[in-house]
Amino acid sequence: MSLQALTYLVVGASFALYIGIAIWSRAHNTGDFYIAGKTVSPVANGMATAADWMSAASFISMAGLIAFLGYDGSVYLMGWTGGYVLLALFLAPYLRKFGKFTVPQFIGERYYSRTARIVAVICLIFVSFTYIAGQMRGVGIVFSRFLEVEIGVGLAIGMGVVFIYAVLGGMKGITYTQVAQYCVLIFAYTVPAVFIALQITGNAIPQLAFGSEVTGTGVSLLSRLDGIVTSLGFTQYTNGTKSTIDVFCITLALMVGTAGLPHVIVRFFTVPTVRDARRSAGYALLFIAVLYTTAPAVGAMARFNLINTIQPGAVGTVDGNLVYENRPDWMRTWQRTGLVTFDDKNGDGRVQYYNDKNADFTATARSYGWQGNEITVDRDIMVLANPEIAGLPNWVIALVAAGGIAAALSTAAGLLLVISAAISHDLIKGIFVPHISEKNELLAGRIAAASAIMIAGYLGFDPPGWVAQVVAFAFGLAAASLFPAILLGIFSKRANKQGAIAGMLTGLFFTYGYIEYFKGLFLKWAGAPWGENVTEHWLFGISPEGIGVIGMLLNFAVALTVSHLTAPPPERIQHLVEHIRVPRVIEGHPVD
Amino acid sequence: MTPENRAGYWRANLRLLLGCMIVWFVCSYGFGILFVDALNKIQFGGFRLGFWFAQQGSIYIFVLLLFFYAWRMNYLDRKYDVHED
Repeated sequence: MSLQALTYLVVGASFALYIGIAIWSRAHNTGDFYIAGKTVSPVANGMATAADWMSAASFISMAGLIAFLGYDGSVYLMGWTGGYVLLALFLAPYLRKFGKFTVPQFIGERYYSRTARIVAVICLIFVSFTYIAGQMRGVGIVFSRFLEVEIGVGLAIGMGVVFIYAVLGGMKGITYTQVAQYCVLIFAYTVPAVFIALQITGNAIPQLAFGSEVTGTGVSLLSRLDGIVTSLGFTQYTNGTKSTIDVFCITLALMVGTAGLPHVIVRFFTVPTVRDARRSAGYALLFIAVLYTTAPAVGAMARFNLINTIQPGAVGTVDGNLVYENRPDWMRTWQRTGLVTFDDKNGDGRVQYYNDKNADFTATARSYGWQGNEITVDRDIMVLANPEIAGLPNWVIALVAAGGIAAALSTAAGLLLVISAAISHDLIKGIFVPHISEKNELLAGRIAAASAIMIAGYLGFDPPGWVAQVVAFAFGLAAASLFPAILLGIFSKRANKQGAIAGMLTGLFFTYGYIEYFKGLFLKWAGAPWGENVTEHWLFGISPEGIGVIGMLLNFAVALTVSHLTAPPPERIQHLVEHIRVPRVIEGHPVD
Repeated sequence: MTPENRAGYWRANLRLLLGCMIVWFVCSYGFGILFVDALNKIQFGGFRLGFWFAQQGSIYIFVLLLFFYAWRMNYLDRKYDVHED
């Protein structure tokens, strides 16, 4: 069977599975729709959280970034998993004890203010739409390459599938679909990794193969990789090029951003008890770690295979490089998408891949007769192309396509749900129509989810950057707006409504303004970006991807200062904080 | 469940969180970033140790840390008599 037919079959089967689960578990009331009736077991919730949290960026982009960045790619690994630790330790158990439906609801009640709730809804919508644009882009890339349809058609199919199961099933449908999506995506990620690990080192476990010897050489994979890349003028794979302080700041930005993502926080509202929320956080990180410890191994092996394909003989010898006419099929197919490009600069009919930005290497390269790097490989394609580069069978390639789509759809669905809950529960029921019937609220939630899908699809056509980059903006906005307000709400009894509102607005508008100014996000129609995105123009040399850290610090500073200058929160709020700090219900505390 | 219980429980919780944060910081920012060059002089299996912490070790420790926290908090819940049901 051809690759395309196989891909249609595997992706189609996975869609049928998701829709089947959605029909089986559809929501009957608002409790089911928002928080799955608080009946999800910690292990199932852990899997759903892992699928929710691992986006198209984790599945499609991350290993490719690491393959080209080497040690510098560690910021994504430590940043995203380390941020999850913050979420699990500082937010999850307390928000579960609070026990309501949404993040803005917590902020509204803790800060005894409808204004705070509305501000939280605005922050949440900014974060979620930015994040969802990146997911839709991921779906579009996978569809256009493997199903060979236009990106727009691919997007429309993806939107249709999410529509069916998010709108029908609500949180309950999404939770059980995400469990299935976790299984699909982790299988799709590890199968090719195991095959490639076996090919290169003879060790089937990628995490161990990563440190094993390359078969028949007696030299470990990483030393060999260090050797090859330096002979081509690159920095050693296991050493970075970024400064220590830069690595430190980027990692911190990713961590605090992860901890403020509303669609992940809300997952902890779905388990039965506080104890389950803690355990579930552990399981979720365990399931996430399966992919996150495989990814750096995949990255190293992909780089190794890529270089061996292009440079099969000794570096600098006349016939050491790949003859262009004999290039493998994967290179031909990806060239058609424009994500692999070739330019025979020295006219020898062979492919040269080396670091032509390294001035110290120029003389060496000249002596080989090389006149510049001739091939560029887009980082976003490494995971998708990896099985083809390693010559694995077609069914493995089809599986990877289904896995990439599962990763993007599961995250998109989680985001759509928090957007729809924010509109139907926080804005409509919480503020504008308090006496709305449960049936009408459910209908409003479904209409909001459907509209959000349309907007997300539109953003996916014209996103402001690459998948991982768009996602980094969402993290910055979350770090600067929601995370400090929630954290202070639990750990400080003194934080009051004036402080929280001022802090959230400062963090949000500072960070959003900075990103819009340098990158252009939602205001492209008005001529954004206005500033030239170069280091010299950045505040303290911090890029738009990392600016969330400054936004967060501003938020904390403003919130604490304003809180201390204004009246402390009323006594019932201090009781509320006491109440969420302990797992058991405090006697005499009103529970509704 | 008295107010004194709750205050003691909260102090114990903050101490535990501080301990967890120290481990969290040392294995990622410490071993993986600040002292990576020093640790890279040590070979660990086929890895340089600093690199291993940055791309593998810190993640394993994070997972263990969350299970340790859940186990330890369950103990504190009972010790201070604030557990559910």
